[in-house]
Amino acid sequence: MSKNTDLDGYDAKTRRMMKGMAAAENRALAARAEEECECKEGMFPSIGRRGFLAAAGAAGAAALVTRGANAAAPPGAMDYPVQKDPTSEQGRLTSADGGYGSRSQFESEVRWRFPTATKESSWTMVPLDKSQGIITPSGLHFERHHGGIPNIDPAKHTLIVHGMVNQARKYTMADLMRFPSISRQHFIECSGNGLTEWKKPYLKTVQGTHGLTSTSEWTGVPLSTILREVGVKDGAGWILAEGGDAAVMTRSVPLDKCWSDAMLAYAQNGEALRPEQGHPLRLLLPGYEGNTHIKWLRRIEVSDKPFMSREETSKYTDLLNGGKARQFSFTMEAKSVITYPSGEMKLPGAGFYELTGLAWSGRGKVRRVDISTDGGASWGLAQLQTPIQSICHTRFRFPWHWDGKPAILQSRCQDETGYTQPTIKQLVAVRGLDGHAKFGSIYHLNGIQSWGVDSDGSVKNVHKY
Amino acid sequence: MSTNIKKLTLGGCCVIALSLGIANAVEAGSNYGHKYGFGTPASAADISKIDIDVMPDGRGAPPGQGTYAEGKKVYAATCAACHGADMAKPVKGTGAAPLRGGRGTLTSGKPKKTVESYWPYASTLFDYTKRAMPFYEPGSMNDNDIYAVVAYILAEGGIISKDTVMNAKTLANVKMPNRNGFISDPRPDIFLYD
Repeated sequence: MSKNTDLDGYDAKTRRMMKGMAAAENRALAARAEEECECKEGMFPSIGRRGFLAAAGAAGAAALVTRGANAAAPPGAMDYPVQKDPTSEQGRLTSADGGYGSRSQFESEVRWRFPTATKESSWTMVPLDKSQGIITPSGLHFERHHGGIPNIDPAKHTLIVHGMVNQARKYTMADLMRFPSISRQHFIECSGNGLTEWKKPYLKTVQGTHGLTSTSEWTGVPLSTILREVGVKDGAGWILAEGGDAAVMTRSVPLDKCWSDAMLAYAQNGEALRPEQGHPLRLLLPGYEGNTHIKWLRRIEVSDKPFMSREETSKYTDLLNGGKARQFSFTMEAKSVITYPSGEMKLPGAGFYELTGLAWSGRGKVRRVDISTDGGASWGLAQLQTPIQSICHTRFRFPWHWDGKPAILQSRCQDETGYTQPTIKQLVAVRGLDGHAKFGSIYHLNGIQSWGVDSDGSVKNVHKY
Repeated sequence: MSTNIKKLTLGGCCVIALSLGIANAVEAGSNYGHKYGFGTPASAADISKIDIDVMPDGRGAPPGQGTYAEGKKVYAATCAACHGADMAKPVKGTGAAPLRGGRGTLTSGKPKKTVESYWPYASTLFDYTKRAMPFYEPGSMNDNDIYAVVAYILAEGGIISKDTVMNAKTLANVKMPNRNGFISDPRPDIFLYD
């Protein structure tokens, strides 16, 4: 990419931009090499702030390369001429976009890729700092891939359901779409969301600290419908869900969950699933950690026991102080975060601000969200945007008159079971920090996030218990 | 048994709702009280083509076998480029995990999770290698080669002897060092209910 020959066909401005980003990528790689440590796991290379931010720029460079003619526009946008006075001439032609719209070229927020060693097994984070409402745009939904993104022709895709069933059956996408369908709005959160934040504030922005959660409207067939079709035999207790990607990703799921609210989802936000979200078919397990929502779903095997795949033994288990590890820790517990203002923003001065953010729980509806602007000394009740849905992002808002003095902003949510979001300190007291050499622990950090506001209005990621 | 109860319950709900004339009471996505029969029976051939999982008790383990000596060759040709010659230090920048070493480190504050130190079942090593390794050519190894490289990795980790021939039976009999290292999820583990 940094060779001039690769830049033939681009204008001078684009070439300069791409060279700059390639240089940034090289700097990021050099910074990472400095920070490599022997203690790291393959899945979690060490990552410094310099490396992280530079790598985000490099991801943008890659997008420019693949988008060719529209290199001047941000990902997801088209580069159109900007009119001097749109009221004095006709706008662009109806349907000139070919029949599928794009966002404004003035909107540029993108997912960031966490700089894992490979781009096939990696993840990207949602720009929550710019988020509005509760729905995550499909093109900004966080990603976690274990073997890249497969490109699957839905006309050729099948789901086979077998094992401890009365009759093993094979379903095409057309077969699955004939069954009675259901639409539900649910969040999916990666259990690694916040993994860098156990010991000390590490990433700077809410995109980095909380960007592995997203909400979509999902449409599909209840898994219970399919289980009734195949007939589950007595003694069955688990299923294996398997994806058709290069990782042939697998997780075991308790049969009870499959009978309750599990869904075979083929649509997201009103259209077919995005390829990054499992097109043409994914498993949806409301409230369970993200990796169990198997994408590109090709096989379900009903069994009496869990299968003990790599993703439920070697990975996605929670090593505690004392050396024991929790296994099958499926549920994403109640959590909230203030998205505005948040890390790396700068308030222009004292006065009125509407604090806003997201709350969610894998156990049901959010019941309430409390806000503190003094580091937890006092709390006030936030407004919740209705309708409040179960296992779904819930938008909260809180009016705040900033007096211009240093402040610490926190949100704390409670779900309908009564469970209240703990502090990071309370989580560490129970689970310890010995589970991971670098970060202290990895999965299931749902502690209260603190944003420090300095008297100059700058907002920083801080720890405050 | 539980499946029959659920069938009856759900079927019953629909019948009651309809008989009262409350159309809205039929929950979206319900099966409207009957089966549809969409799809086709999956043949044994359909299933065997993709049914690759291997369980801890050996279920699903295919025929075939491999030795330490064979596995050493397979490892050098297929695995070492990323996992490193000695298995303990993966090649930087590959994202590969260390496979050997780390025993006794899980309580150290600097845990080194490897196949040897952390993985509770040997079946997982066969299963994962077959489904996802090598990273850039997943699914390319034959069953004998996989058995062999499993024998090599486990022997290098001091878990089995170098003369153990790995096959469906011996795989299920391997006792991994961290076999009893896992507990079920006790959460919620913090109680702030009010």
